[in-house]
This record gives sequence, C-alpha cells and structure tokens, in this order.
Amino acid sequence: MEIETRLPQDEDHPLLFEQGTHGASAASMPVSDVPAIDRASVVDPELLSGNPPEMPEIGELDLVRHYTRLAHRLFSVDANFYPLGSCTMKYNPRVNEKAAAMPGFASLHPYQRESDCQGTLELLYRLRNYLEEISGLAEVTLQPSAGAQGEMTGLMIINAYHRSRGETRTQVLTPDSAHGTNPASCTICGQQSTTVRSKPDGRVDLDDLRSKVGTNTAALMITNPNTVGVFDEQISEIAEIVHGCGAQLYLDGANMNAMLGIARPGDFGVDVMHFNTHKTFSTPHGCGGPGAGPVGVAEHLRDFLPVPQVTRRDDGTYAWCHDREKSIGKVRSFYGQSGVLVRAYTYIRSLGADGLLNVSQKAVLAANYLAARLRHRYHLPFPPPYAHEFILIPKFDTGNVSELDIAKRLIDHGFHPPTMSWPIQHCLMIEPTETESLPTLDAFADALLAIADEIETDPEKIKSSPHTTPITRMDEVGANRRPNVRWQPNVS
Amino acid sequence: MDYTQISTEDASHMLATIGVESIDDFFTNVGEEYHLKKLLDIPMGISEPELLADIADLAGRNKPAADGEMVCFLGGGVYDHFSPTVVDHLATQSEFLTAYTPYQAEASQGALQAFYEYQTMISTLTGMEVANASLYEQASAVAEAVLMAGAITKRNKVLFASEAVHPDTRQVIRTLTYEQPVEPIRLPARDGLVDLDALADALDETVASVVIQSPNFFGLIERVADVVKLAHDVGALVIQSVDPISCSLLKRPGQLDVDIAVGEGQSLGIPMSYGGPFLGFFACREKYLRKMPGRIVGMGKDANGKRGFCLALQTREQHIKRERATSNVCTNQGLLALRAAVHMAAMGRTGLRKQAELCFDKAHYAANRIQSLDGYELKFDGPFFREFVVQAKHNVGKLLDHCRSRNILAGVPLGQWFDGMDDCFLLAVTEKRTKDEIDALAEALETV
Repeated sequence: MEIETRLPQDEDHPLLFEQGTHGASAASMPVSDVPAIDRASVVDPELLSGNPPEMPEIGELDLVRHYTRLAHRLFSVDANFYPLGSCTMKYNPRVNEKAAAMPGFASLHPYQRESDCQGTLELLYRLRNYLEEISGLAEVTLQPSAGAQGEMTGLMIINAYHRSRGETRTQVLTPDSAHGTNPASCTICGQQSTTVRSKPDGRVDLDDLRSKVGTNTAALMITNPNTVGVFDEQISEIAEIVHGCGAQLYLDGANMNAMLGIARPGDFGVDVMHFNTHKTFSTPHGCGGPGAGPVGVAEHLRDFLPVPQVTRRDDGTYAWCHDREKSIGKVRSFYGQSGVLVRAYTYIRSLGADGLLNVSQKAVLAANYLAARLRHRYHLPFPPPYAHEFILIPKFDTGNVSELDIAKRLIDHGFHPPTMSWPIQHCLMIEPTETESLPTLDAFADALLAIADEIETDPEKIKSSPHTTPITRMDEVGANRRPNVRWQPNVS
Repeated sequence: MDYTQISTEDASHMLATIGVESIDDFFTNVGEEYHLKKLLDIPMGISEPELLADIADLAGRNKPAADGEMVCFLGGGVYDHFSPTVVDHLATQSEFLTAYTPYQAEASQGALQAFYEYQTMISTLTGMEVANASLYEQASAVAEAVLMAGAITKRNKVLFASEAVHPDTRQVIRTLTYEQPVEPIRLPARDGLVDLDALADALDETVASVVIQSPNFFGLIERVADVVKLAHDVGALVIQSVDPISCSLLKRPGQLDVDIAVGEGQSLGIPMSYGGPFLGFFACREKYLRKMPGRIVGMGKDANGKRGFCLALQTREQHIKRERATSNVCTNQGLLALRAAVHMAAMGRTGLRKQAELCFDKAHYAANRIQSLDGYELKFDGPFFREFVVQAKHNVGKLLDHCRSRNILAGVPLGQWFDGMDDCFLLAVTEKRTKDEIDALAEALETV
C-alpha cells in the first residue's frame, strides 16, 4: 500500500504567467490628490519608458490560490520532520514572528534618529551581550548578513590582526570535513586554504596539523562539534598548536546547538567564531534565507570588528559607535539583518539560560537515541557518543541502491531527506533537533528500518522513488545543459 | 518557555535504549575543564505573557517612521511604500516560512516555481535577459557584480561613475573587495550627476566595469545611455544599481543596454525593519549566466517528462567549487524573494505603473511647494524620480528637529557623507504621502 503524504498528486500547476487576464490586479491605488503634471515636460522624454514592463496581471483570488497551492507543494518544518544534518531544522516559534512584525520594529527606518530607535538599539545591545556570554568571547558584532558573510568577516578580522603586527599570513587550514563555504570564504579573503586530514574516528589528525601549520598560517577554521557529529576532545591541544605558530583559531558555529550552556568556545581557545541565527536560534530558514551571522572575537581582536557597533552610553541610552580606527569597515548596508535579530533575541529571551541548556541536552539526546535505534541495521562509522547529529551508512547489501535513493524514499514516508554524501561518501547525516517528539523520532527510525527491508525485497521501488510527489526526479543534466531560467511564451 | 516535547519518562526510555545512565554521559568528550559548572549568565527563561510584555516594551520605545503617528519622508535606499495586505498573508505561510533551501526538488516544487517566477519578474522589470534568485541586499549585489565583471573582462579597475551612489554601497564594496585584485576609482559628480567628460577621461582599456546608480543617491535620473556608450567603447561593462519602482516609468536597464542590473528590493513589499533583512536583486545578459553569483532556479523535465523546477548550474556554487569558488554566498534571501514575487504579482503591470506615477507626481508637487518657500531651494537642477536634495538656509539639524516635533520625518541630512553638503537633506515622497501631508511638511519647513 502506498504511504500517503500531504503533497497533492495534482497535475502540473500553471505558472503565474499562464494565468490572469489583461488589466487584472490585486492592488488598488488611490487617485492622485496632487495636480497633474506633464511628465515629459519636467524630464527629458528620452528618460521615460512609454510602456510599463509586461508584469503579471492577475486578480486577488487567483493570486491567493496560486501561492497557496505552491505552498502546498513544499515540505517544511511546520508540516514535516526535517532531519537535515548540519542545518538544525528546529521549530520556528510563532511568537518570534509576532515580535518582528510589531510596527515598532518592522516600520522603523534605518535613518531615524537614535532617540527614536532606543527599543531596537537596546534589544540589539542585549542580544550582543547574550551572544558574548554564550560564546565566552569578548565582543560580538551583529552586522553580517549570514553565516558565510560571518566567516568572511572573521577571516578579514584575522587578516587585519596579522597585518597590524607587520605580518602577512596567507594560508588558512580547514579540516577535510569542513563546510564548503569555509574554503570559498578563504578565497574571497585572498587566502589559500589547505586541507588538514581527519583520523578514522573523525577527529583532527594532529600530526597532519603539526606538519602543515607554520609562520604563514593565518588561522585554522574548525567546526566543533565537528561535521561528523563528534566533539573533538583534542580541542585544547589543537588551540595550543595553532597559537604556538601565532595563528588564530576560528570556530564555525554551525553546530552550536549541541553546546549551549555546555561549553563556551572562548574558554577552549577559540579566537573568532560566527553564529548562524537560523540554525541555533530558531529564525526561520524561509526557503533559503534570510539568515544572520553574528561574529564573536577574543579581546585582542576587538579593534578590528566592523563598524558601527551598538553601545550603551553612561546615561543609560543606546547608540551606534562608528569610532574604531582599525575596523575592517562595513560588511553590509545599514546595521545588519535587524528583523532576523529581533527573532533571535525573542528566542533567547524566552528560553533563558536554563532553556538553552535544555535545548542542547535534548538535541543531543534525540540524536543519540536515533543512532541507537538504527545501529543494528545501519553502520555508524564513527563511535558514539554523538553530539546533536550523526552519520550512518547502509551496512546491508544495498545492491545498486544508493544513499540518494534511500533519502528520496524517505520523502514517500513524509520525511524530508537527511543531508547526503557529505562529509564522507555514501553517508546520510541526521540531525533531529531538540523540538521533535519521541513518536516522531520513532516513526522516522521505523521508516529507515522499513526501507532497509525494502532494499532487499523491492529495490526498484526505492530506486524510482519518490512516488508521492508532484514530480519525480528531475533531469538535472538536461536542465543544466540548456538552462531555462525565465519564462517566455511558447518556450518550454 | 520550552519548545521541546520530550518528557522525563520519554528521556528515561531513550537513555535506556541508548544504554547510558544520564544525559551528561553524552558530554564526556567535552573535557572536564571546559564543561560549564553553572548556568550561563543570561536571564532565566520566561513565560509567553512575560515575553510579549518584554518585547512590547522594547517595541514601544521605538517611534517607527510608518504605521504610527509619524509621516515619513525618509529615503536614501529604504522607502515607506504600500504593499497589499494579501502579500503579507501569502508570504508568511507556514510552508514558505519554515522550508529549507530547495535542494530536494521533489519536495520543494512550490519554492522552486516561486523563485523561477521571481527570476522571470525581475528580468522583465529590469528589461534584462536573466536574473538570479537574489542576494543579501543592494550593496553586496553591487559588490558581487563588480567581482563578476572582473572575472568576465579579466581587468581590475572599477570606476564609480559618480559619488552619487549609496554611501553604504561604497563602504561595503571597499570592505568586500579589499582582499581581491579590484581597484575602485571614485569620480566626482557634477551638479549631482555623472560628469561625462571626467568619465571619458578616466575610461581606458584597463577598466573592467563602470558602476552607476540611477536614480542616484540624490534622486536624480542619470544619462545611463551615454555612460553605456562610453564604457562599451573601451570594452568595459556597465553595472547599474536601479530602483525597482522606477522601472515601471523610466527606461529600464535592459532598454539602456546595461550589462548587469542590480538593486535593492526593499520597495517590493518588504518592511523597512531598521535596514534589513532586505533583498539584493541581480540581473544580467544571458551570455554571462554561468558567471552569475547566487542561486539560480531552472525549469526542466522530470524522469517522466513532466515539467518541473530545480536548482540549476550548481557547479558555480561554493559547496561544489569550494576554494575555486568566485563567491562564498550560500543563502539567497529566500523569504524576501518570495515576498517580492508575491508583491510584484499582486501589484501587477498596472499597479506598479500607477505607483511609479504617483511617486513621480507627488515628489514633483512636494519639490515645487518647498522651493517656493523662503530659505529653501533644490540643490540640483537635474531630473528626478521620487527623491530630491533640498538646500536650506536654516541649520539642517534644527529644521529636522522642528519637523520631528510635529511628527514629520522630513529627510536624511547629507553632511554626514558628502563634503560641502551640511546645508542639505534628502527628501523622498512615496505614493503613500497625501497632499495634506506634503502641505503640512511645507508649513513645518516654513515655520522653522
């Protein structure tokens, strides 16, 4: 029997441009209340366009149906378990949305005077302090737009630091299991990235690290707990090796969900780190953004942080401080992803010190539980205990069924696929997060066990999955060979 | 508050299944010396009513420019525009809000189709051939365009055609390209506009791109076609930062033969939110598609020949290319791109045109009113769209204070960024401003 999901098996849903009628609109604009002017007499007619662009023309009800139907053709945390390793797809509390939508926050213009923005400034100042405490670092900037921009900001700060000491260091070490953004950020910052090997148990190979670190090394970028889901207990030794050469230790905060209130990066030798508010602090992923990537630094790097920085004056009011002579400058317009930061503040304030600790405890418990439920049918290449995520590899004879096929078959069970084929070959990386219930965790484990059986009984069914979605697997080769990235009439 | 759902009994069962005594056993790797012995020094958790009171207290200490008592004439890249109610409703639906990046096409057709439609609408609006699925905001979109133009032309020099680009754009580009072989050169403006003679002198065959903003930071409409001609004569590309509202009334970048069009999408239904999160849109010629940064959605066929959508050209991106990547951008601004798409679709061809006309007409009415007052004149004679610079006899700080005391936010002082403009402020008029509000502004200015 086919497993039912909520995705409708409807026919091809028409594009916006294939709907609507001439002159239709879902907006009503007021009649002008100022005297009419002849526009072509106030500006050169050459500058004006006779016809407006051929934008869609659709009425309000059809517009509503269009986007409601699109929404229904989409897996989401609100409707589906989303065990996407390294992405921390936790529940996004609605109260965060309510907070960010309050006119006091949402309708504030960035060029208003500071005295009219005291609420937001205080919120940002508190958030800054919370993140400083959570990271154990001296100072945090809230400006970077996303994790990748946070990485770039951190590396630029490290560059500026070395230059301030009369040194030019051009090499950044990254473990072989690093996120793809790490080496890409190095390149953007004018640095060469060099890969450091991991040992079979997933830890950094210290001998390899020692052989590669030197006076040209600007930093080691590390993720801890690392991307195979293991807390590397060699961290203080790693910090010692890196610092011994005058290099800086950069922590990719992607996996902070396992560490809240457990341990602080600043305490174990980290000099710079970035947070991903959309992972750790429950701001919604929104089909791929917006994120926010606050960056924390140790005392000796404070001078180089971006400007402006939110500060508290002696009289208790809050202000933007532009005064930081050695700053790397601005990394984005205005002050950052303020609306995202309101959500992150709301989340941290609601849970508090006790709640954040509970988050990490439950996240780690859930991951270890799922691993235990699956260990008899799947191979766990790295030994437990795990942090908030773990990696498994099919250990039975899969014939020609791949991890991709298993992931796609999970869609038929109503689960979003885990992360695949990264950071090691043939693996699935599973991160349940703290917000899932025990019955959901069990249902997911049951599905993976059922798929393990099905591989032996009906492998074709898995290879041709998913069977319950509006489309099946895309011909990506074809889509890339002749890319069609905008609709045009009579072209398909 | 507590969003976890694992009870004490559940936890006992789970620990037993795993075969450990307590949750602490999972953290033995952390190392005794680093394991925190006490709670973090931040406030303890609170209930939802307490939380809402805390948030409302903070929100209440802001005096927002819109949706309250204030009348907003502030601009400078962020505008108080209208967006139909239905936009907010549709763009905040559960599924759009809480889905991840649509890597798994089968489970993400809704988001992929919405982004494909967004790309089509941005292409159409700007008159360009192709667009990506968005970048962070205008400034980083310009920075990415500069890097892309460098990669295409294999040249390093970047000319800022005039100083009248957004000050943040200049600062952000300086930071983002600091470690890259990019040589930014900033040309002065003449009467608030590009000085075509200075540009012609500065242009040669080492120039990768010319960056121009039109309407520019002073609100003036540039002679983009003339800039394009000069730039193309030496093989340089033209990057135009364009206002999306202006595209329904003024000539669009594609009509002006611009190579890369970027801009700030905030005006397309996105709340001002104190400067973010916004949306950097990015469009270019089709021949540069494979060099374009950021996510791109393509239309194709599934294994059964059915029409479908998927992320296209992913080999350009950092997670495949790693250190060989030319951009480290990982996310787009998904939810904002979606919101902008819904907004553009809701406004539609006629709504967007009408909005642009209202902005133009009301801004010109306001300009005429203000320059008829004693002690005020327009700083520049050039053509403008929705925004203009006022030069005042009075102290600018004082006059803005005076207007503020009447709940009117009269403009953005320009002396903070531009030498010799201490007596100037920038004033924007959107379709939301009424004649009465504009008259009240004029009266406030008159009584300073």
